[in-house]
Amino acid sequence: MKLTVNGTEHEVDVEAEMPLLWVLRDELGILGPKYGCGVAQCGACTVHLAGEAVRACQVTAADAEGLAILTIEGLGQGDALHAVQKAWLLHQVSQCGYCQAGQIMQTAAFLEGRKASNAGLPTDPEIDEALSGNLCRCGTYPRIRAAVHTAARAVLAPLSAPAEEPRE
Amino acid sequence: MTLAQALSRRKFLIGSVAVLGGVAFGSYSLLRGPKEHPLGSDAPDDAMVFNPWVVIDARTVTLIAPHADFGQGVTTMQTALIAEELDLEPGQFEISFGGPSAAYANTALADLAIPFATSDRSALADGLRAATDASVAFLGVQITGGSTSAPDSFEKLRMAGAMAREALLSAAAQKTGLPRESLRSHAGAVHLPDGTGLPYTTLATLAAGQPPAASIALRPAESWRLLGKPLRNVHDTAIVTGALRYCIDLEAEGLAHATLLLNPRKSGPALSYDAARALSMRGAERIVEIADGLAIVADNTWRAFQAADAIDVDWPPSAHLAEQADHWAALEAALPQTGGGTVWRDDGDAAQSFAEAPQADRIEASYRVPYVAHQPLEPLSVMIKASADRLDIWAAHQLPGILRRRVAWRSGLSMAQIQFHQQIAGGSFGHRFEFTAIDGAVDLAMQMPGRPLKVTLRREVDFAQDHPRPIGMARAQGVVREGRVEACQMVAAGPSLVGSTVSRLGLPYPLSDSQLAIGLFDQPYALSDFRVAAHQVDGLAPVGFWRSIGGSGNTFFLESFLDEMIHAAGADPMAERLRLLTDPLARKVLEAAAEMANWGRKMGPGQGQGVAFSLVYGVPVAEVVEVTETDQGIRIDHVHVACDAGPVLDPVNFTKQVEGGVLWGLGHAINCKITYAQGQAEQANYYDHPGLRLGQSPRIDLRILQNAPVLRGIGEPPVPPAAPALANAIFAATGQRLREMPFADHIDFA
Repeated sequence: MKLTVNGTEHEVDVEAEMPLLWVLRDELGILGPKYGCGVAQCGACTVHLAGEAVRACQVTAADAEGLAILTIEGLGQGDALHAVQKAWLLHQVSQCGYCQAGQIMQTAAFLEGRKASNAGLPTDPEIDEALSGNLCRCGTYPRIRAAVHTAARAVLAPLSAPAEEPRE
Repeated sequence: MTLAQALSRRKFLIGSVAVLGGVAFGSYSLLRGPKEHPLGSDAPDDAMVFNPWVVIDARTVTLIAPHADFGQGVTTMQTALIAEELDLEPGQFEISFGGPSAAYANTALADLAIPFATSDRSALADGLRAATDASVAFLGVQITGGSTSAPDSFEKLRMAGAMAREALLSAAAQKTGLPRESLRSHAGAVHLPDGTGLPYTTLATLAAGQPPAASIALRPAESWRLLGKPLRNVHDTAIVTGALRYCIDLEAEGLAHATLLLNPRKSGPALSYDAARALSMRGAERIVEIADGLAIVADNTWRAFQAADAIDVDWPPSAHLAEQADHWAALEAALPQTGGGTVWRDDGDAAQSFAEAPQADRIEASYRVPYVAHQPLEPLSVMIKASADRLDIWAAHQLPGILRRRVAWRSGLSMAQIQFHQQIAGGSFGHRFEFTAIDGAVDLAMQMPGRPLKVTLRREVDFAQDHPRPIGMARAQGVVREGRVEACQMVAAGPSLVGSTVSRLGLPYPLSDSQLAIGLFDQPYALSDFRVAAHQVDGLAPVGFWRSIGGSGNTFFLESFLDEMIHAAGADPMAERLRLLTDPLARKVLEAAAEMANWGRKMGPGQGQGVAFSLVYGVPVAEVVEVTETDQGIRIDHVHVACDAGPVLDPVNFTKQVEGGVLWGLGHAINCKITYAQGQAEQANYYDHPGLRLGQSPRIDLRILQNAPVLRGIGEPPVPPAAPALANAIFAATGQRLREMPFADHIDFA
């Protein structure tokens, strides 16, 4: 079976029904997507499949074959961080950090989707809805919401976005 | 004895081992070889150890941060304390968590181990504190918990940095022949008057030979470069790029993936099991018996999970009460009236006051809190490898010293053969005090020597094995008269949290557990008739330390009942609390929260404000919650928090801990309970114990007061007031009084 992860094609020998999460983690050593619940309750395993945010614990290897898989490792690295990652750093969102790859991947897909449909800047209720499946046990939610607004301005209204300073 | 001398003397704790492998230079030790070196066996041969927290070799400076990081930002805080005095900039050092060592005993813990309010500075309380301090250090209890990391580290780590800095300056003076006074330390180098910089790494060997400075004055807060200002969490970039490695992410050559199938009733090994089908499944390699169940080894974690699912197991019946209703009945039975139990406070005569009060002035109520689970997002995981002469174990744990002792006992190896490698954790909240996964991993590894094994608990197994926050119940009687609260007596009942926890460590606990009454008896309310008693109820489910422990239930009891009494008296909840509070620091946080919330302002229809206060871990916290009753249910709009934990080392991380603590308190109060049926938890995953999601997360504003002279930790103090402040706000908005968590069982939330 061939899987394309972050632009690289991998040959894997796994059961068709193995969840993509465990193909990524234990077969390919791509460890950014996390195991939290296994039943689509926490969102820590969120990756993009053909541009859509999905729970890698619910997508099987067979489902993912032939589609572009993007993990947090492929979203942005080094000096080329995605706007969402930059916003997360600006607001110092993370505490333990375990859920954040999923939160960031969900947010990136949400904002890219709004951009594609010219939906404009999201409201708080729209953000809450978009991230309702991503659980954080440390309680980083106030900063997640602030970071999504910052990232939204960068992705959706880059020309009008003023340079931002952190709150502190 | 100065702190510098004390730390030098401390070397004998590690020094007795240190001399096994090397030479001692004055108060500094040159450690060679793997044993007890702060960096473990990975240390270069020429690494100079200045004290247990600073190691410099020709390549780099390494700072040791022994308090484990579960997301509370303690790695950043510990390294900043050292770097402040050592004149290092962020990014100029590497970080190690060190190994378990008596040198890292938590001496701030004593404050919490004795039955006095942390605000009590009486001679008796301080004397007991000092004695306990000594015994904690003597026992070598290295612990991350109890909001003690910052107090424990505050002076020790700055002094560690200062001692190393002074030695480096002396070394530079010796090397150059220049007067010591003409040299300046800055950004990882000693600078000469001509501007030349000598990097610390070039001075390490010479510095190790310098005699220790007799006394070193720590720099005053006014001259801090790093501390007191917003710091950048050292893990931030790695987190947002997916690069941070938690225990669950560890890899090794030839690694096998394992999971544990453990007795969900916590009552010992399986009576019988059939693993034939599981062993025939693809990737399944071995199934072995361990203490309380089975370990399943496969070539992929998912295949191990699948194989575990295919095993039929017959578990013995529960050793504790099997049905939830019986747990409540046991608490009810312990509280036939408000008398009896261990009396923790008895000011005036509350019973007589109640007996003599006319019916119209009497208030009575009872309250309940359920068991709740920890369930940090990273499930329990362990990597382990048994070799011929050693056992390496990688895990995130709050008690590394005890862990090492326990693993040695369990494996039959000596303490010196156990190498524990502390890991970063995806949350803990008290969960990683426990040895569930460690014990199983050790049993497994000893049966598969030579093979590196990574054990990952399935979420459902982690839920079943969680040792939850204790169940609790309280009955309260009060007297109100002429618009005032006059008398209060409260009796609580619950299992002994500390007794249950230490019994799992194989230790007796013959004391009255103050956690049954903390948050009640020690609150600084000056009621003339005030009585607090607590009953310990045995035979319930085993319980564990949970963020803010005893305070989480007891503050709900007291602050809810106080609110009921105040409303019955026709008084204002803020003004009456202020009248009763004598502690000036406590009054200030309450006044600050009132000002932030514009307390008493006219609210819209269906809106209400509620206030609660608590003083746990020595930190007074006031929270005002504002809610609106909507068509979808109660919406939490805003939480105003004021607290005073003394000097703040990093305002960003401090604020994050407060935000997280408030949300922890709210989420569990609204949505969570663990209940037992046939001796096992009925909740198996986040769908039935969700905590809080983004949509229910309110705006939180914080005012940090710094009037307290002593630095305190802030991880736990914001938790206790959140639930009663919410319940009090809901009463103000709707007239409905919530006396039992989870609130969502009684009222809808948006």
